[in-house]
Amino acid sequence: MAEPILATRGLIKRFGGLVATDQIDLDVAAGSVHALIGPNGAGKTTLIGQLSGEIRPDSGSIRLEGRDITAAPVHKRCRLGLARSFQITSIFPDFTARENVAMAVQSRLGHSFRFWRRAKSDPARTGPADALLAEVGLEDRGNMPAAALSHGEHRQLEIAMALATAPRLLLLDEPMAGMGVEESVRMVETLQRLKGRISILLVEHDMDAVFALADRITVLVYGRAIATGTPAEIRANQEVRAAYLGADEEEG
Amino acid sequence: MRVTPRLVVYGLFMLALAMVPTLAQVLAEPFLVTLFTRMIILAVAAVSLNLILGYGGMVSFGHAVYLGIGGYTVGILAEHGTTNGFVQWPLAIGISALYATVVGAICLRTRGVYFIMITLAFAQLVYFVGVGLYAYGGDDGLTIYTRSDFAGLIRMSHKPSFYYLCFAILCIEILIIHRIVHSRFGLVIRASKSNDRRANAIGIPTFRYRLAAFVIAGSFCGLAGAMLATQADYISPAVMHWTRSGDLIVSVVLGGMGSLFGPAVGTIVFLLLEEVLSSLTEYWQLVFGPMLLLLVLFAKRGIDGLLPGGDRG
Amino acid sequence: MLLLIEQSLNGLQFGLLLFLLAAGLTLVFGIMDLVNLAHGSLYMMGAYFAATFITWTDSFVLGAVLALGAAFLLGVAIELVAVRTLYARDHLDHVLATFGLLLFFNELVRLVWGPAGRTIQLPGILNTSVELLPGLSYPTYRLVVILVGGLVAFGLYWLVARTRTGMRIRAGASDREMVGALGIDIRKLYTLVFGLGAVLAALAGIMAAPITTVSIGMGERILIVAFVVIVIGGIGSIRGAFVAALMVGMIDTVGRAFLPEILRGFMSVPAANTLAPALASMLVYILMALILFLRPQGLFPARSG
Repeated sequence: MAEPILATRGLIKRFGGLVATDQIDLDVAAGSVHALIGPNGAGKTTLIGQLSGEIRPDSGSIRLEGRDITAAPVHKRCRLGLARSFQITSIFPDFTARENVAMAVQSRLGHSFRFWRRAKSDPARTGPADALLAEVGLEDRGNMPAAALSHGEHRQLEIAMALATAPRLLLLDEPMAGMGVEESVRMVETLQRLKGRISILLVEHDMDAVFALADRITVLVYGRAIATGTPAEIRANQEVRAAYLGADEEEG
Repeated sequence: MRVTPRLVVYGLFMLALAMVPTLAQVLAEPFLVTLFTRMIILAVAAVSLNLILGYGGMVSFGHAVYLGIGGYTVGILAEHGTTNGFVQWPLAIGISALYATVVGAICLRTRGVYFIMITLAFAQLVYFVGVGLYAYGGDDGLTIYTRSDFAGLIRMSHKPSFYYLCFAILCIEILIIHRIVHSRFGLVIRASKSNDRRANAIGIPTFRYRLAAFVIAGSFCGLAGAMLATQADYISPAVMHWTRSGDLIVSVVLGGMGSLFGPAVGTIVFLLLEEVLSSLTEYWQLVFGPMLLLLVLFAKRGIDGLLPGGDRG
Repeated sequence: MLLLIEQSLNGLQFGLLLFLLAAGLTLVFGIMDLVNLAHGSLYMMGAYFAATFITWTDSFVLGAVLALGAAFLLGVAIELVAVRTLYARDHLDHVLATFGLLLFFNELVRLVWGPAGRTIQLPGILNTSVELLPGLSYPTYRLVVILVGGLVAFGLYWLVARTRTGMRIRAGASDREMVGALGIDIRKLYTLVFGLGAVLAALAGIMAAPITTVSIGMGERILIVAFVVIVIGGIGSIRGAFVAALMVGMIDTVGRAFLPEILRGFMSVPAANTLAPALASMLVYILMALILFLRPQGLFPARSG
């Protein structure tokens, strides 16, 4: 097997007595869509936090394309090709949609210790930003303040911002959360287009979306990865059905 | 730059400032030049604070410290016989920058109310350093017997000349801040104010940019301190008192946070208000205190927000 | 040695006064998320009220009690008129608006009581000394301050940690919506907490008055130190405020007492006399910078996790 784009080994994070992440070994194959599912409180958010660098694991290692990033700060990981979206929309609300994406483009263009030249009209920033807005279907929203966009548009905007950093791996934390049916379909389409070009680690509650997109699925329960496999394998896995899918069906 | 009514107002305001010495002569009120020189120097300080407060969202409650650092640099050098302005003023800026680098590196690790408090605490620390400077007057301050001298290029003791020097510095500062906030650097600062977590997640290490902005703001304010000490021929710890830092914040908010000319207008309106109110009543702060509360509640964007002329940016 | 004991007692006494002031600040911050620069004004108003009421009633205790009542009413009035509108605002707004209140109260005092300071005369029984150790006599009044401060500190701890009201207060600090859902009138609770903070501040001001003097701006000097205390302790934590207040009180007092002596070994007497108090004041801020550098959330972070 080729080197996975992302590999964690023995990742542990405790909060007081609670083990939020318990010995996680996760391999995301390059070019794949890998879904992470599990009931609430399974430790998905904590795991994403450690992968993106906002939470420091107590032990274990994280490698991105073979490179150890366990101790790297958030911005460094992004420069190395790991981009993320947030569970709760996180944008620059008082910037325009175009400027939101342009900031991410700017980050890729090297350091920002440039004090004199006007940046907003700089084609090196706005050119790629406009192209990315078009890619996620927001081409006519460029001049609007980001705060004025709809919820679905915010999520698309976040995808565009993540893409602007030229990532090798996208961490998507519940990109469909709070979306209507139509918006979800659009998001799935957007992700389908990205599939193959960029590796994706997807945390999502929408099982239709997960089974439609994922090449492999890892099931997290109480901080442990209880199963990893293809969608068909996961569907057939008795332990998973008992621990998670069954319960989910009862709920909904 | 589009010409908006707002811009016209600011243009007229700057023009009026340029006319002050002439006006003072016509009215035979030379005291006006002194008053406005002081106002312009404090405007330089407020405009510098606006870079971090208005654009960067860093509520520094210790900005007046740089007035002291700049002022004492000039005063102490003069005390030891170095009156060359080309030495004094750049050194005032340099020491301010050095202080801002060290203190900023500590303060910017903290967030929110901790940042407010720790900047305040460092300011108090320096204030007490000033009080403890026995050799330089301690609490009583230090009289500067010989004014800074710029190789005779500017007649520093000639009040209108000094006024125009200060006015030119204010104009240059506003121009520099204008370029900065619209540059890539400035956008990073504003992005960090808007959503720092997001800025880091798209790969921007905001800490170093925020620190750089903190240092730039401190340097400009250190220059203002040198100017202030030169104008008064005197420096004392009082300029670093925490209420002076409060006054600077008030000036910025009164004029309009994150607006280019706002803080300069705010400073001058604030000081004029003080002049007018205190001439009406000895207890002027009885009126001014509640005015601050009303400003916060009803006119958060300050004078800038009241002017017509489309969006800012 | 005796001097050290005496100064330690002074440090304890100052630390307890600081705690009274800091407790109100930290409660108000922890529960309402409000930065209140005008807290020192309540300290000052308490002292001025006491000065007046003691003159009127000719009784120290009665005057002090009346002053506490007046401070409570003043606190409630400030909350209802001004502070209530600020909860939804950001910290910068708090700083500006309460800075305005501070200016207002300083000027009000100047208008009503005049620019000159006041002194509060102690009644005869308190104006004595107690011989604690052979050769160490200590002012009775300061012992009373220590006693009252200690009792109030204990009472406050008991209130917050053990009673239903305290439970509501702590719940309010951690989860506003939950308190609302429990059917507790959060607005009333906020007013009450602010009033309580006002009483604590006034109590500190009243007790400090006979030792120092009653003057305009007396609240500001100590307010900044109280801010240092709550930042060191961890904003919102009563326990942190207590520990930090004693630390700061000790360092400040002992520094003030012994630094001049020490410095005179190195420099001229007037130089030492100028530098020593400044250096003693600086020690407190250096302590804060050091602690925040190591623990940016203070010693007892109230909202961890």
